[in-house]
Amino acid sequence: MHLAHYVGLLHRAQVELARAFREIGAGDPDEADVFHITATLAKQCDQHAQRLEPFAQRYGEDSPDEPERLHSELFRGTRTGPIGLLRDLHDLYLMAAECDMAWTLVGQGGQGARDQELLQVAQRCEPETAMQMRWLRTRMKEAAPQALVVAE
Amino acid sequence: MVDGHWRPGTGIPVSGMVDRIAAPWGGRTPYAAGKPWPVRVDTFLESGLSEADVERWVPAASVLHSNGDGEDIAVKDGRIVGVRGRAADRVNHGRLDPKDLYGWQANGSPDRLTRPLVRERDELVETDWDTAMGRIVARSEELLGDPGGWGRFGFYTSGQLFLEEYYTLAVIGKAAIGTPHMDGNTRLCTATAAAALKASFGTDGQPGSYTDVDHCDALAIWGHNVAETQSVLWMRMLDRLHGSDRPRLLCVDPRPTPVAQEADVHLAPKPGTNVALVNAILREVLERGWIDGRYVAEHTLGLDALRSTVEGYSPAHAAEICGIPPRDISAAAELVGTCELLLSTVLQGFYQSNQATAAACGVNNLHLLRGMLGRPGAGVYQMNGQPTAQNTRETGADGDLPGMRNWDNHAHIQELAELWNVEPALIPHWAPPTHAMQIWRYAEQGSIKLLWISATNPMVSLPELARIRTILSRSELFVIVQDLFLTETAELADVVLPAATWGEKTGTFTNADRTVHLAEKAVDPPGQARPDLDILLDYARRMDFRDKDGEPLIKWRDPEAAFDAWKSCSKGRPCDYSALSYAKLRDSRGIQWPCTEDSPEGTERLYTDGRFNTDPDCCESFGHDLVTGAAFTEEEYRAKEPRARAFLYAVDYQPSPEVPTDEYPLILTTGRTVYQFHTRTKTGRAPQLDAAAPDIWVELHPADAERLDVHEGDVVRVASARAAIEGRARICGIRTGVVFLPFHYGPGPQAAPRAANDLTITAWDPVSKQPIFKVAAVRVEHVADADGRPAPAPTTTASAPIGADVPRTEGGATAEVREVMEAG
Repeated sequence: MHLAHYVGLLHRAQVELARAFREIGAGDPDEADVFHITATLAKQCDQHAQRLEPFAQRYGEDSPDEPERLHSELFRGTRTGPIGLLRDLHDLYLMAAECDMAWTLVGQGGQGARDQELLQVAQRCEPETAMQMRWLRTRMKEAAPQALVVAE
Repeated sequence: MVDGHWRPGTGIPVSGMVDRIAAPWGGRTPYAAGKPWPVRVDTFLESGLSEADVERWVPAASVLHSNGDGEDIAVKDGRIVGVRGRAADRVNHGRLDPKDLYGWQANGSPDRLTRPLVRERDELVETDWDTAMGRIVARSEELLGDPGGWGRFGFYTSGQLFLEEYYTLAVIGKAAIGTPHMDGNTRLCTATAAAALKASFGTDGQPGSYTDVDHCDALAIWGHNVAETQSVLWMRMLDRLHGSDRPRLLCVDPRPTPVAQEADVHLAPKPGTNVALVNAILREVLERGWIDGRYVAEHTLGLDALRSTVEGYSPAHAAEICGIPPRDISAAAELVGTCELLLSTVLQGFYQSNQATAAACGVNNLHLLRGMLGRPGAGVYQMNGQPTAQNTRETGADGDLPGMRNWDNHAHIQELAELWNVEPALIPHWAPPTHAMQIWRYAEQGSIKLLWISATNPMVSLPELARIRTILSRSELFVIVQDLFLTETAELADVVLPAATWGEKTGTFTNADRTVHLAEKAVDPPGQARPDLDILLDYARRMDFRDKDGEPLIKWRDPEAAFDAWKSCSKGRPCDYSALSYAKLRDSRGIQWPCTEDSPEGTERLYTDGRFNTDPDCCESFGHDLVTGAAFTEEEYRAKEPRARAFLYAVDYQPSPEVPTDEYPLILTTGRTVYQFHTRTKTGRAPQLDAAAPDIWVELHPADAERLDVHEGDVVRVASARAAIEGRARICGIRTGVVFLPFHYGPGPQAAPRAANDLTITAWDPVSKQPIFKVAAVRVEHVADADGRPAPAPTTTASAPIGADVPRTEGGATAEVREVMEAG
């Protein structure tokens, strides 16, 4: 059963996303809303990762070796300036999108494994991840015209 | 107060002379539910004059708060010599706020700006209008010349101009320059009111009417020191509270405000915890079955989600978060849950605090759950702070589109494009209009290169002032300031334009309960000062802004024609002014919008049939996540099938962005006093008001004071992670662990800094984008002994001292106001 791999992938993606939210928030302290909201969302990601831990253990014992190229590397540090902020938020969006789809797939795995607890965790966390994407999209849409056309 | 004239507590209305500095709310005229609020006419004239000396009385309304009290300006020899409340006005029944009684004197202040100023070699020098406007036009044309020129303009306006001026500004910004970068200082005061109304009911617009005070049997005052911010509204409440069938009163405020002193239940939660408190009250209301099930079923959406969110907030749990006794939360819930006619008001204690929009929506939820809307006595006022803030919002001079239109609704953009005869693509609608704090951020980064500031003083009123000073001082940023005086902000400008003010120009404005007044010109402005409308029209003319047929974009030349243009823009929208006119307003008691062919006398209450403005084709916004501010799309919104039902929104409590630490163990909250308005541009120039509250003070609870070894009048230093200020301590009944500073006082000429906003944090609500002025972590240290001097804080209000012998705040002979009660 390969469910453990996807639970592990999602766990790591959530940990990575939390780290990226924190790093980008700290890198843009003058963007006050980004600074504060990323801190809130990082905590949300921590909780998501925490909620997954029991399932990583539950399915980890009878799991075969991890397949190659399981994890993706989307984030390589913060940038500066208006375009930099846009690119940082865009990275976060892609990372959140990876989590979002992984929640759907882990939820599907939960269905197959008849694991109501896992399904409940997925149903609770996935909407929060989707909301993170909505926020990133909203914030980027606001910033893009100024960053792409006006800023020097 | 003159002994023998005003007898507090006797309930006997007596006419006479009253020192309205010593007695800010004047004499009582108690009344019972369903009865008319008795008339009491307040008059204050220049020393030595009587009513017989007045040549003309010119109708206007009050401008030093949001209440919209009708008043007449007394004119003699071409000068303003006093004011008198209008007995027939629906809002005030003749009464005036102390700020209005004395504040008009600032109009005649010798330091009014009388000529335009331009910066020459680091110095502002006097010039003529042609030179000043010429510089603005030259810079504007240069900036508009390149692609993305629109993005180099920022407009930061006010809640204190007139409707006609805002609408003209909005058209210049949105249809000529095409920039989304326009907002008002209303972002600091009423943005959350607008955001909460949109979220719950679909559009902005106050459901209630001030006459609800006359009918209610319970008043719930949420983070609103109404006694000091809208003192005439408080007089109305106070007269009910002293009447024969006193409504029950709930007050939520960390300070012992006059409202708290009168309250049956006073909750003083730890600043920043409103959402936990409101959730607990909603939970009690649900659990005890105090809801109107039929109303909820027919007229709301989201009950299940609300129930599951608030479930976790037992009184005990919320009490722990808020730092108040659980039984008080239960008592508050019972008060608002069991009354027959509930009236709520909400202001800065919620709007300028943590999770502002969510907390304000919580109060809307309470009214929806209990079906307490749209009936006499059942209403909610999501208040405004400033006199004309409602108009900033309606006309789109802030982060909204004119006529409460939705930037994300193509049909709404098309309507505006047709109205203005411009291409829809020109109107900024790719994202919500840029909010104030983001405008300042763009200016800081250098992409905004021209910032036009009208009728506001951000060098005192914005958070983290050191940063604002740096931005305004940037050499690449061309700063235009349009004001009455050389304010702290104007001193940093490249061009300063002298503006006319209330009494010197004509225009309309709308108060917090949608009452529209016409304020007429009484006297000429000083020197070369011009009405703000004339300045904007002059700019449009010089810039030669055209519509798509090559005709002048702005087709009006005077206030009345501007009002007519606005009537067309508002027609068919919730804030419909189409059946109003200057002639009609001139003879009115104040008229509430919507005012249409079907309701020619205006509309007292909105949503009387429980049908809200949430239809996707009508609503002002497709909604936001209250935690992050993420915007929902049209498809997502339509999928909710609102069908004119209101939304119940609830979120979990989250701690404020800044909470106390070992280094900064106290919570700073900022606010107002009854004697001052904003940054004291006017009230600081009225001698009676200035003397009543001349300088900053620092409020501390006796227990905190004892621990810090601070006594009344001692000079203390208040430091946050950003800066430190000094002021004299007032030991009073504020909540323990909380420090209060009035925010009115600018950096000033004295050695030690004193502006409260040097200390505040740059953070804002994710939905309303209103800055969090009311929660910052600070520490307080003793600097010097009082040396016999008390804090310069009023003794008559929330800042009343305890345990110290402090001279009472009085105005003396120069502050005597004639109060005439109606007979019977």
